[in-house]
Amino acid sequence: MLKDITIGQYLPGASVAHRMDPRVKLVLTIAYVALLFTARNAWALGISAAMLFFLYPLSRVPGRMILKSLKPVVPIILFTAILNMMFHDGLVLFQLWIIKITDKGVIMAVFMVVRIICLIAGTSLLTYTTSPISLTNGMEQLFAPLNKIGVPVHEISMMMTIALRFIPTLIEETDKIMSAQKARGADLESGGLIQRIHALTPILIPLFVSAFTRAIELALAMECRCYNGGKGRTHLHRLRLSMPDLYGAVFAILFAACVICANIVFPGLL
Amino acid sequence: MEEIISCEDMAFSYSHENEEKDKKIPVFEGLNLTVQKGDFVAVLGHNGSGKSTLAKHFNAILLPQGGTCTVVGADTRDEDKLLLIRSHVGMVFQNPDNQIVATVVEEDVAFALENLGVPPDEIRERVDDALELVGMSDLKLRAPHQLSGGQKQRVAIAGIIAMRPQCIVLDEPTAMLDPRGRREVMETITALNKYFGVTVVLITHFMDEAAACKRVVVMSGGDIILDDAPKRVFSNVEKLKSVGLSVPQATELIFELKKAGYDLPLDVITARDCIEKLIGILEEQGVS
Repeated sequence: MLKDITIGQYLPGASVAHRMDPRVKLVLTIAYVALLFTARNAWALGISAAMLFFLYPLSRVPGRMILKSLKPVVPIILFTAILNMMFHDGLVLFQLWIIKITDKGVIMAVFMVVRIICLIAGTSLLTYTTSPISLTNGMEQLFAPLNKIGVPVHEISMMMTIALRFIPTLIEETDKIMSAQKARGADLESGGLIQRIHALTPILIPLFVSAFTRAIELALAMECRCYNGGKGRTHLHRLRLSMPDLYGAVFAILFAACVICANIVFPGLL
Repeated sequence: MEEIISCEDMAFSYSHENEEKDKKIPVFEGLNLTVQKGDFVAVLGHNGSGKSTLAKHFNAILLPQGGTCTVVGADTRDEDKLLLIRSHVGMVFQNPDNQIVATVVEEDVAFALENLGVPPDEIRERVDDALELVGMSDLKLRAPHQLSGGQKQRVAIAGIIAMRPQCIVLDEPTAMLDPRGRREVMETITALNKYFGVTVVLITHFMDEAAACKRVVVMSGGDIILDDAPKRVFSNVEKLKSVGLSVPQATELIFELKKAGYDLPLDVITARDCIEKLIGILEEQGVS
């Protein structure tokens, strides 16, 4: 029953976006997020949103994937929209007791919604086109300089790799424990919320115990394979910049220029 | 012949982590064992006989509390030689799931080499060689959870042989596998020893696996009670039974027949030998 959960949301492919260096993609994604928040008017925001309509087909990621990634954040989007509508001065459109909705509020709310949607869709594009392992690899190398100020970059990326590695193993294990407990008469499916949470205890405890045993054994196996921390480590896959990275960078600069121009040329909101 | 592992007068005890802190549980005392280069040794023993503890001394996971353990010419207590020892004596454990680190097969095989700082081009070459050797080249881009138990264990072995060690210590590598997985792993280990001269120390409780080795060491209560070629070890049927071990089925059958009065030699460990001996008996008695 838990088997259909996929790890990460990577969609294998061979598009330009797939072939880009994970480091470049990370930097460009961060830049995109920054631009989204500097976009002050409808034009700049429109260009940002339009770019997604160009990038999704380019990466051969189906557009419905945007909806899929938006689903979990719908409550947050609604919440921000409502808050924005209420807390801006301007021409009052509607008033009920202390709640008043202004024209500026409505515009800001729309902007915020577009921004969040673009934010989710843009960052998801990174995870859709980059496998978890190359993403961790890219992060480790991109953030390596942070090591100098005491950030354990290698350790964090090692932890991420191991977490990714063990998700399917632990899911399988959970399945087994659930079956075992059901066979002993555990009732996992009936009762109210509290009761059902309570019913999880006999699953979580054996799961944790086994996770710790696994951790100890894994640590031993890693030691046996000369694991000594990040110092002096090399990598099977050397990350190299290639042509797709150049295209990506040029495109990103052009796009950023458009957004910044739009910000300057149109001083108003619309 | 060159000695690869040599234990002299070795002692080890686990300290009990309960109220009685001074209470120590001795595993072995005054243990002596040498393993020659190119050897294929099975270590047999009942649970708690100290065989796993002994294996962990071979690559300095555990350090002897008395006596010495010399591996590839270095004392295991010498911390500067730790990486040297571990890169020459690899260790494979029972549960293949708990020793695979990476999310892609080839990345996992590369793990040890990455730790040792081998240049990327050489890692590529050695990873491909190791995967070829264990017959897993086709699956090198798979995720570990998509593999069968036997395949996972072969990946774990590939991860060790990519280091090009002189010796591999396997701690019950087939205990969690189905018969097919067991056969795959045993074939891989045998080939490594036969064609590449890798010294193998196989800890097991499967008698037929031990019978396929060149030398069998039997442990009981922390002592080595037998240490010889499999045929000679398994002919001590009564001694093995007295320490709670069994013998290969073929030996068992011959042993029972002998008890029933037939004149048979006890040095039979494979089914084929057993059949030949039985045919011999039948022919003697005029049955054809």
